[in-house]
Parts: sequence; structure tokens; C-alpha cells
Amino acid sequence: MFALSKQRAMKKSIIALLILVPFLAGAQVKITGSVKDHKGRILAGANIVVKGSYDGGVSDSTGHFSFKTYEKGKQVVVATNMGNKTVEQEVTIDTTIISIDFVLKEEISELKAVTVTAGSFEAGDKKKAATVLSSLDVYTTGGANADISAVVKTLPGAQQVGEQEGLFVRGGAGYEAKQFIDGTLVNNPFLASVPDIASRGRFAPALFKGTIFSTGGYSALYGQALSSALIMESIDIPDRSEVSASISALLLGAGLQKVAKDKKSSWGGNYGYTNLAAYFGIVKQQPEYFRMPDFHTADLNFRTKTKTGGMVKYYSTFGSSDLGLRRANIDDPTLKNAFGLNNLNWYHNLSWRDNLGNGWKMNLGLGYSIDVNKIDQQIQNQQNQKVTTGQPWIDNSNFNINTRSDLSQVKAVFDKRLSGISVIRFGGEYMYFYNRSTFNNFKALLPDHFKALFSEADLYITNDLAAKVGARFEHSSLINKANIAPRLSLAYKTGKGAQMSVAYGEFYQKPENTYLYSTTNFGYSKATHYIANYIKNTTLQTFRIEAFYKKYDGLVKTYPVMNNAGAGDAKGIELFWRDKKTFKGLDYWVSYSYLDTKRDFLNYPKELQPTFAANHTASFVMKRFISKINTGFNFTYSYATGRPYYNLQQSGAQFIIADQGKTMDYHNLGFSFNYLTSLGKAYAVIVGSVTNVLNSKQVFGYNYSYNGARKEAITPPAPQFFFLGVFLSWGVDRRQDAINNNL
Amino acid sequence: MKQIIIILSMLFAGQLVAQTKYETGMQKGLEQFAAVKSVEDMAAASAFFERIADAEKDKWLPYYYAAYANHLTGWMNPKADKDKVAEKSKDLLSKAEALERNAETYCMRQMIAIQQMTVDPMSRWQTYGTEAGNALAEARKIDAANPRIYLLDGQTLMNTPEAFGGGKAVAKKLFEKAVELFGSFKPASPIHPTWGKDQATQLLAACQ
Repeated sequence: MFALSKQRAMKKSIIALLILVPFLAGAQVKITGSVKDHKGRILAGANIVVKGSYDGGVSDSTGHFSFKTYEKGKQVVVATNMGNKTVEQEVTIDTTIISIDFVLKEEISELKAVTVTAGSFEAGDKKKAATVLSSLDVYTTGGANADISAVVKTLPGAQQVGEQEGLFVRGGAGYEAKQFIDGTLVNNPFLASVPDIASRGRFAPALFKGTIFSTGGYSALYGQALSSALIMESIDIPDRSEVSASISALLLGAGLQKVAKDKKSSWGGNYGYTNLAAYFGIVKQQPEYFRMPDFHTADLNFRTKTKTGGMVKYYSTFGSSDLGLRRANIDDPTLKNAFGLNNLNWYHNLSWRDNLGNGWKMNLGLGYSIDVNKIDQQIQNQQNQKVTTGQPWIDNSNFNINTRSDLSQVKAVFDKRLSGISVIRFGGEYMYFYNRSTFNNFKALLPDHFKALFSEADLYITNDLAAKVGARFEHSSLINKANIAPRLSLAYKTGKGAQMSVAYGEFYQKPENTYLYSTTNFGYSKATHYIANYIKNTTLQTFRIEAFYKKYDGLVKTYPVMNNAGAGDAKGIELFWRDKKTFKGLDYWVSYSYLDTKRDFLNYPKELQPTFAANHTASFVMKRFISKINTGFNFTYSYATGRPYYNLQQSGAQFIIADQGKTMDYHNLGFSFNYLTSLGKAYAVIVGSVTNVLNSKQVFGYNYSYNGARKEAITPPAPQFFFLGVFLSWGVDRRQDAINNNL
Repeated sequence: MKQIIIILSMLFAGQLVAQTKYETGMQKGLEQFAAVKSVEDMAAASAFFERIADAEKDKWLPYYYAAYANHLTGWMNPKADKDKVAEKSKDLLSKAEALERNAETYCMRQMIAIQQMTVDPMSRWQTYGTEAGNALAEARKIDAANPRIYLLDGQTLMNTPEAFGGGKAVAKKLFEKAVELFGSFKPASPIHPTWGKDQATQLLAACQ
């Protein structure tokens, strides 16, 4: 009996003991303290825990924490906070209150680190902090007609030049800005050039996931551009397969994009035909078109992921265009100038990026492009027959030019990740330019073996301080000269979302082919950039101010002798403000550029403000999508003060300014709407757009007659451009499209 | 004999205690979670789950709840930097995913992506909208009977314009399906996710 009860009692006590063990291990001990970062700033929300247990607490808004624990003896207390390095502290827990003050160092991370931004505008989704324009913006900018360059012109630094294609950046000529796709140079980024009319860019915005508009101080990976680089990165594998079609009075197009089931590869192609005959029938043009502008464009793409997480992409576009236009001859109004152009362009780009392991990455680019132009320029009488007048300054306009330019290139860039997130990058490129021209019967050939080596490092000293240091070596066999261009930029974070950057760089460019056909006895033109900027970014707002000074040396002179004796400089201040926050549903940006530039180049008798530079340029872009009616309305207003124009006349041994002036101010209000709907099973976007809504008179400059007695304004071929079209696509998972603000 | 019994019972009890520690910890966390009254409470609940997760090392659920509670702080505080909240939610969720990828973790991916999309829907739907859609597709592949998939899908569609295949009519069908599935839904354990039934019922009512 006794034994039994004793046994029972013992059982009870064992059970009691087992249940109570965790609770009886001792009284709770309080642990308190604070959490700060290395600069003494309070860190709220840090998690503090006795390692291996559940006991812990969170630091409050004053950085303090306090919790109780049952743990005893030697323990480790850990403090963690996202973005900071975790700190462990050994303690011996007895019975007394323990106080620990943690100091958590910042972790250098891509997410928080400052980005070197002097001189560049990044567009796209890649880096959230630097996003200023997304590819969607290209489609929804009023009056831009989905032309990338037209949208870039609404950013500070770019001029509103309407009489020729190209980006005229900070006092630089159009040919001083170059475009790159997936790292390799694009030789002919615009449709073939027509006198006094700006051509569109060749590439559809939908091809690119990101665009960086660099107005100076850019990376050593890019060269041969004195003033600007437009760096475009093509999209990877699209999300879904689709079939698309576009219909308007101007163009008809169809496309197919097929994505493999495993989403590891895709291929596709598009074809488009544009003919302006019908449009010109309705909207009168100033030149008389005897060959209606007619364009065929086709493209092909193939993309595949590699096993090691890399990507191979092939992209090719084919374009052919034909047009002919007549204008009155400026020297003799009874005569006409007839200009006929036929262009053929084929562009190929193959790129391969991959991880080589061990922190190494590789980017390979191969490119080949060919561009053939047939230009036939005639002096014609009223019966449109070719005539010769016996006056050389008129008869000079009777000519044929056939040109062919080929570019074959290969570029390799290797990246190695150093400690933290610092990266060293180096590589080289080889380009073979083959340019052939036949002027009347005079043949000329310009082959150039162009080599470049480059190296640069992105150094993150702390999260708040980063540097990009690089250099580029180039050699052109055509002019048989080499150059070394150093580049340096620094960025310092001054506060939350705010940073300052400075950049310095030397940029070289060989003379344009036009001049090289006469002589190859040239050196490089050189620009030295100094840039300082300040950016304040929040997710929905961006403010940016940038000042620059640019010095030009070795600019091409064509008179009295062809050489590099030209020089000049440019300075200015630019502002940018984008806001998606203040007015709900309204997205707008404002940019302003002040430019003061002079240069002595070509046949300028002295340093002059070039004809492509306005002192003040401003743009206001506004877009609003109204979900209720599924329609977006977009307005763009651009303004520029008048640009100078000159009549440079040869007088004895020099050119003199026989006449000069400034054009009237430039105003352009562009509008577009896009209505999203469905037609049958197709997802449809109806787009309408008008340029120069207010019908403002636009004058881009003046042409002079040979004797200087007559001057004629250079104006757009028609004051306004209208577009109405329907874009259809099938096979898109429409539910993911255009999800509105209400979520 | 006595000794054997003691040893055995101690072993048994020891195991019992170890198991209970996790479960009681989780229960306590879920109670704390249910009683949340402020953003700070929610953040504290998230931190508590994170502590359990870090201590246990091999359990996905506490990381899942830590991510969920953290995600909710982004909605509770209208001034929150949703990108920053989402970064942390993703960080916690990826730790759960490293242990187990299931319909619940994919649903959480979708919720985080949608939260980030709402920061700037016009320019973000292409990336985050797609990410959200892909996450739900994966969830459906693993467990098509999970009611939260239909709840989340319905929520997204309810806020999508009719022209793009959204609207109340389409969403209603999904909420109906969600409510139906919630009716028969049995969580794998008392601490597995069960949330969403009330929400589905309310949203269904809002679609009528």
C-alpha cells in the first residue's frame, strides 16, 4: 500500500516536474538596450533575439528595446535589421537586468547604394532609383509618335532641332551623339536623311526594356561620341506569345511572337508597310512629292536562355525606303530642285551574356549592318525635265551619289565582382567600317579598322560614396591615330533619396566620312566634360539639377584648309522635375535647359553660336489615364528660343558673315490619346495624335541663294502631322494589362 | 524497472515538451497576430514569427507568417514605403521558400508583387503584374484546391477594367469558387494558414 502510494506520488511529482521544467528554470531576466547605426542614427524595427530561443523584442521608434527571457547562462544576443550587418553579442544571463547597445554597420547593397548618375538619364525598370522614363512613356508622350528620339528631346540637354535627324545635345551636332543597342554601335539609327526634314528613328520602342540617355560623362565602354550616348537594352524573353496587327491610313503591319512553353526561348518577326500617298492627298505638303514616300520594314528576333542563367539574343531589321520631292530652286525660281532617294538598310545584332562563375560575367556582342543610299539630285525646269544652266552654283545641284556603308563589329566585356558590390569591368572592341561612295563618276573608298580597349571599376566605398573610374584606348587605321580617354565620376549620398555626383571625362571622335573622303589627314576631335549634379528621388517624384562645362578641341575645319584647328566650348544648367504624386492619376514632367555655346568649326570665320543651339529650351509633358473610359490623354509642350542662322559667304581668302539673325521662338504643342478596348478577341489600342495643335509657325533656319539676295525659311513639310491608327494583338493575357490605380 | 519507466517517460516528455514549444510558440504568435491593433503590433508579430523561424531553422510556416505580417504593415500604414516593405517581405518569404515551395508561398509572392505594383501601376503593371500572374499560375499547379488562389485572383480582377477581362462579373465567379473551397478547406495543422474566408465572403457580397 505504502509502496504503491509512494510510487504514485513519485509519478505525480515526475509529471509535475516535467510540466514545470520549462517554467521553473528560473525567473525571467530583462534585457534592454538600444540599436543605432554606425553614424549614431536610430534604427527602429530591428529584431533582437536570444539566439536559439524565441525570446526577443523589436526596437521602437526611439531605437530602444526591452524584453524578458528565461534563458540562463552564457547566451548570444543577436540584433538584425534589413540593410545592416547582423551583430552578435555574448552575454551571461544571471538574475540582473542586462543592457546592450547595438551598433549595426550598414550593409553595402545594390538596393541602397548610391548610383553614379552624373550626365545620364536612365529609362526602364532595371534600377528603380534611377528610373526617369519607362518604355511605356515613349508610347504615351503626346506628339512623339512613338519615336524614341522625339521623347528623349523632352529631357533636359537635348535641343528641339526639327530640320535634321539626330540628338543635338548640349551644343553638340547630331553626329556627335551615338546610339548603342546591347552594347554595340548602331551605324545608321535613323531612316535615310532628306534635306531639311528630320527622319524618324529606325527602331520600335517596344524592342527595348531600358534606355539610358547620357548627356555626357558616360562610361568608358562607349566611345566615338563627343556629346551623347543613347544606350538601349533590348528586351529578353517576352511573357507571352502573341499575334499583332496595326492598321492606319499610313501603315499596315503584322507581327508574330512565339514564346516556348518553358519560357526559355522565343522567336518572332514583324513586317510593316508605310505609304504616305493617301495621307499626302489629304494633308497638303509643301514640297511636291513625285515619288510618294514608301517604306518597307521587317524584323526578326530570336532569344534563348542558356543553362548558366545567361541569354543569347539575335535581332535583325530590314528597311527599304523610296521617295522623291521637288522644291523651287532658291537661285532661280523658274527652276526646281528634284531630290530622289532610295535607301536599303539591313541591321544585325547578336549578343550573348553569361555568368562564367566565380563572380565573372561576360557580355559578347556581334554586329553587322549595311546601308545603301542612291541619291539623285537634279535641276529641273517647269516641265520637270533635267536642265543645265551654265551657272556652276546652280549646276552643282545636278549630281548622283551612291553610298554604301558596312559595319562589322565585335565587342567583349568581362565583369568581375570584387568585395562587396564593387565591380571591375574590362574588354575590347573591333570595328571594321567599310564606306564606299560614288559621286557622279568619282569613286572613293574609306575602310577603317577601328580598335578599342577599355577598363573601368565601379567602386562602392560605402553605401553613401561610390566612384566609377575608367579609361579607354582607341586606334583608327584610317587616320592612323590613337587616343587615351580617362573617365571619372563620383557620387555621394546626401540624404534619403538625395545625392550629388560629379563627373569628368575625355571623349574623342574621328571626323565624319564627308570630310574624310577629301583627306584622311585628320586627328580626333575632342571634348572634355565637367559635370556636377544633384538629384532628389522618391518613388513617384524626381528632381534633378545639373550644371556642365564642355570644352571642344580639334573640331573639323573645312576652310581655309581641312584640319582639326576648330575649337569651342559649351556651358549650361539643366533642371528636371517629374511628379506622379501631387495630382492623383496625373503624371507630368518639366525640363528646362540653359545653354551657352560657341564653336569655330567647318567654314565658320570665328567662334559662333552654332545654328543647332538655342539658349533656352523647355518641355512640359503631361499624361493622364482615365480608367473609367479606358483612355489616356497626353500633352507635350515644347519651347525653345530662336536659334542663330548665318549666311557665310566666301570673300577672298576667308568666309565672312554676310547676313545673320535669330529665328523666331519655337512652340510645339503635341497631343495624343490612346483608347484601350477589345475588338472581338483582340486587345486593341486606338491611337490618335496631332503635332503642333496650335498651328504655331515653326522656322528652323534659313537657306540663302548663292548671291545672298534671297533667303528662305526652313519649315516643316507641313505645319501639322496627324495620325490615327488601331493596334491589335491576340493571345495576350489581357487581365494583366493596364491594371489600374484602384488596386 | 522504476528507472526504465522514469527514463522512458523523461524521454517521451522531453520530446513532448520540444514539440509543444514550437506549437505553443506558433499559437502564441497567431494569437498576437489576431489581436493586432496597430502597425507597431503587426511589426512586432512579424518579428516574433521571425524569431521562431530563426530558432527552428527548418520550419517554413514561421517565415511565411513573418512575411505575411510584414506585408500587411505595408497596407496598414498608408505612408509606408511599399517597396521597402516588400523587400523585407520578399527576404522573409524567400527563406520560407528555401525550405518549401507550396501554393501558400506562391500566393504570398503574388500579394507582394501586387503591393509593389500599386506604387506606380501605370508603369509597373508590365513587370509586377506579370510576376503576380505567374505566381498564381504556379500556386494553381501545386494545389488547385487552395481557396486563397481564387480569392487573390478575384481581387486582382475586380480592380481590372472590364475591357481587359476584369470587372465584378468575372471576379464574382472567382469569389464564389473561393467561398466554396473555403467551405471544405482543412488546414494541414492548426497552425497552417486558414485566413481569407471572411474576405472572400465580403468581396462576393460586394460583387452582387
